[in-house]
Amino acid sequence: MKRVVITGQGAVSSLGMSATATMEGMREGRLGISDLVMQDVERLSVKIGGQIHGYNGADYFSRQELVLYDKFTQFALLSAKEAMAQSGLEISDQLSLRSGVIMGTAGGGLHTQDENYRNVYEAGKNRVHPFVVPRLMNNAAASHVSMTYNLQGPSYTVATACASSNHAMGQAFHMIRSGATYVMLTGGSESMLVFGGIKAWEGLRVMSKDACRPFSATRNGMVQGEGAAVFVFEEYEHAKARGADILAEVIGFAMTSDATDIVTPNKNGAARAIKGALIDAGLNGDEVGYINAHGTGTVANDKTECAAVRDVFGAHSDSLMISSTKSMHGHLIGGTGAVELLACVMALRDGVIAPTIGYEQLDPACDLDVVPNVARDAKVSVALSNAFAFGGLNAVLALRSI
Amino acid sequence: MSQSVQDQVVAIIAEQAIMDVSEVKLDATLDELGIDSLGLVEAVFAIEETFDVQVPFNANDPSDSQFDISNVQSMIKAVERLVAATGN
Repeated sequence: MKRVVITGQGAVSSLGMSATATMEGMREGRLGISDLVMQDVERLSVKIGGQIHGYNGADYFSRQELVLYDKFTQFALLSAKEAMAQSGLEISDQLSLRSGVIMGTAGGGLHTQDENYRNVYEAGKNRVHPFVVPRLMNNAAASHVSMTYNLQGPSYTVATACASSNHAMGQAFHMIRSGATYVMLTGGSESMLVFGGIKAWEGLRVMSKDACRPFSATRNGMVQGEGAAVFVFEEYEHAKARGADILAEVIGFAMTSDATDIVTPNKNGAARAIKGALIDAGLNGDEVGYINAHGTGTVANDKTECAAVRDVFGAHSDSLMISSTKSMHGHLIGGTGAVELLACVMALRDGVIAPTIGYEQLDPACDLDVVPNVARDAKVSVALSNAFAFGGLNAVLALRSI
Repeated sequence: MSQSVQDQVVAIIAEQAIMDVSEVKLDATLDELGIDSLGLVEAVFAIEETFDVQVPFNANDPSDSQFDISNVQSMIKAVERLVAATGN
């Protein structure tokens, strides 16, 4: 089996327009959640989100590109650009055949959908722009990344709600580990902060109207965010041979299905995924120093996740750190695992553990070291990243410092 | 609307070709102007929006359409006929 390493990373989020800026925000424990700015916001009962304010696609893309790029594609391309630049990779004709793209998204081109539904239903227009379909399709971001960098190998999009990015990156990991490819651009992108996207979440009544406070006894729900992150996954020998700067090694991945309920999380499914990632990576539980939690800030997720961690790690649960960066950038739904993997890389490479901000009061059901409110310096050699989706689909990645 | 149909069609084509309107020659083909199939579909949409007409254009088989896209001049003529038919 081949070894898989990360040689580039890029991101855009409400914490900043790059992976570097996003990690800086995490390090500072900065709040990237604010009042939403959008059409008809007064008709929403949830009016906050991790929105990227002042974003204008025309600052980054030409008119010809913008007619084909929904916002979720733009976020993915900006992230891919940063990741590719950092990796220093040159995609030769030969390498392009062994390189691909796997992206996660839950909603795809929601800005395009929202805008055009308004046109045909609300404004009564009978004609839509010819590129509505290629803009809104869920694989648009993956396809544009493949076209931009001439990546001609396996490329597709994974949609498993809030676990989309982790499933995508896990599949990319498998692709390289199996020897099928040398290079994969992978991560996730989401731009669900549109009227319809928020209205739909409101319906579930799991959204907070004031803040995302994972693990805190005072938590009252999740807060949506938007953005993307893309990583360059590369076969270890290939990266070493060209002298690449290796950010971390991906050492394990596991996915499970609760097979119980369409929205309620299940401790056993989560625990099996965490345990599965340890087994896949050949790890003992006590080697894990940090877990980037799914940590949505809902009552159900956070207590179930903590119980699953206790089940898997036993006494070591009290020695490891677990934090939810959703408290800062919000829940990016299908893009969330990708942005959150930055916190794992930061822990392994920089020795900085991102905090769970907004933490106010201990919940006995979440009595782990959640790194409350302030980042912490700590030496960690193994980190996990959890993602547990609606539909009971769980995906956990394991990373090691290198 | 003071602009002629010709001026407006040329402006639409120029935008797709990323050219100045003065560079769009009436006998030029879309190929010569560097307008690909996606650009053509977008131009057809812009024509429909601008003139509030239905362009009988089938992207599956452009040559079989009743909308003559042989060159800029033929497209202008076709649009003029469509506009005349609406009686506006």
